[in-house]
Amino acid sequence: MLTILFDGIAYGMLLFILAVGLSVTMGLMNFINLAHGAFAMAGGYLTVVLMQRFDVPFLLCLPLAFVATALLGAVLERTLYRHMYNKPHLDQVLFSIGLAFMSVASVDYWMGSQQQIMQLPDGLRGRTELWTGEVFELGMGHYRLFIIAVCAALTVGLQFVLAKTRFGSRLRASVDDARVAAGLGIRVNLIFAATFAVGSGLAGLGGALGAEVLGLDPTFPLKFMVYFLIVVAVGGTSSISGPLWAALLLGIADVAGKYYMPKLGSFIVYSLMIAILIWRPQGLFVRKGGR
Amino acid sequence: MKKFLNAPLDARTQLLSTVRMRGWEPLIWLLAFALPLLVPGHALIVNEVAIVALFAVSLDLVLGYTGIVSLGHAAFLGLGAYASALFAKHVMPDPLVGLLFGMGCATLLGALCSLTILRGTDLTRLMVTLGMALILMELANKLDWLTGGSDGLQGVMMGPLLGRFEFDLYGQTAAWYSLTVLLVLFVLARRWVNSPWGATLMAVRDNPLRAMAIGIPVHNRLAVVYTVAAALAGAAGALMAQTTGFASLDVFALERSADVMLMLVIGGVGWLYGGVVGAVVFKLMHDVIAGITPQYWTFWIGLFLVVLVMVGRERLIRPWLWFGRSADHKGGAQ
Repeated sequence: MLTILFDGIAYGMLLFILAVGLSVTMGLMNFINLAHGAFAMAGGYLTVVLMQRFDVPFLLCLPLAFVATALLGAVLERTLYRHMYNKPHLDQVLFSIGLAFMSVASVDYWMGSQQQIMQLPDGLRGRTELWTGEVFELGMGHYRLFIIAVCAALTVGLQFVLAKTRFGSRLRASVDDARVAAGLGIRVNLIFAATFAVGSGLAGLGGALGAEVLGLDPTFPLKFMVYFLIVVAVGGTSSISGPLWAALLLGIADVAGKYYMPKLGSFIVYSLMIAILIWRPQGLFVRKGGR
Repeated sequence: MKKFLNAPLDARTQLLSTVRMRGWEPLIWLLAFALPLLVPGHALIVNEVAIVALFAVSLDLVLGYTGIVSLGHAAFLGLGAYASALFAKHVMPDPLVGLLFGMGCATLLGALCSLTILRGTDLTRLMVTLGMALILMELANKLDWLTGGSDGLQGVMMGPLLGRFEFDLYGQTAAWYSLTVLLVLFVLARRWVNSPWGATLMAVRDNPLRAMAIGIPVHNRLAVVYTVAAALAGAAGALMAQTTGFASLDVFALERSADVMLMLVIGGVGWLYGGVVGAVVFKLMHDVIAGITPQYWTFWIGLFLVVLVMVGRERLIRPWLWFGRSADHKGGAQ
């Protein structure tokens, strides 16, 4: 039972890292970016290619994946996304879903449609059995432990940047009122571009980390887009902790559901989301008086 | 002065004039109905176009007339398809009864789902509608004793239409059947949105707060239009299952919902013909591109979507506007 909880937490942490960039673009820039999963896929495929063709060690691939997708995000933000900020939501949906379709077909073209296999380094394989009782058994896969550690560190880091640094306060100011922030001399466009890039980079990192757990094939952006959107929609878009709790809840529910009731599959997750959204349309963890 | 006195009458004629068919419309419909005879080899495509056109018209009711962004309209299409296919298989093979049954199921689901779209923002609606389609897809996948799971529901045998016209391999009967259903439902839908009742829909779309203030029951309007749209989508799904004799999981797929949205955007939202025009253009485009690169068709549809949004539909279908305006922009930038 604890094993399932543990796996669920690892899965949820992963989802959080994948989705947090999306929650930022949606919440901050009010932009519905359905192509967010494409950045995650880019990170995943980059890692696979680096490891298979160039023998780059896995741990080095992770920061590379982050940097590369962040750059990709920054370039796309400057060239394409920027023009979309003031368009209606329908246009944004069409635009970003078009990007997602394009990424799916291109990856299919260049890499083939088969599932990619990730070779983990020896240190991250295997699992530790802590207790092997009847009720309380806890087997921790080393890789999942690694994921939890990395994601927890990132979460703390993000929270620190947002709450304590100069960049964080500028970002919060731009979010609360872009016009006033611009009037105070904050370069809102630049802040948003940087935030978008970091969000994409995190997605790429998440894709690299999660390729082994989630599986990596060209349909990744469409398959997991739904999960990211659920995390964001359930968690609300006004804070970092909302999506975190939502991701953990979703991860645990999904893992437990698939373990205890495999017949129902993803049914549980979707129903849970709809129930929550009907109950609290603005998200589960939205502060009172927030947007 | 006289004009003022006659204002109520004028308003009525003006309102009615939007309902009345223009001279060219019966010609277009006649042409559509003649197509299966003129090009018998392509009757199957005519059938397909008629079905997706009906689906697009259904989405137009939701998107164009009430402004709800739905990413899960395929839920109703799929339910209609599965319901009518199962009905034909287990109850009776008559197409028209099956069609009504499919529509009925979709209507029920629409009424249920309409409760979910009343609250929340665009994002919430997007998610809830998408989630509904995914739930149905999971259900159809997991209830494999009923639906055949991922293999799809095969071996649906349809009886002859009206007891007389058999569905043949060339699809002529199917094409006429789908066209007729499309025409009937289209005319009904048009009557409906152009009625005073329908005018309140547009008031809701343009400004829900003000609409509420002048006494329009906004929630009621949204719920009803969503339910009716679900019925139309269910009819499209039923036609699809009946004329192909097959229903598979991909009727629920996200691509379906995205495609139909694209059709609507090509044709223009909010005038019902937009769906029909978009469906025709989209299907022709699909056939041409898929003939060249069958596997990577999604790349081109994606590119088309991006370009469409970046350039703007108005300027894409009227390229001559393009040069004039872009010159203006350049002038402004300098």
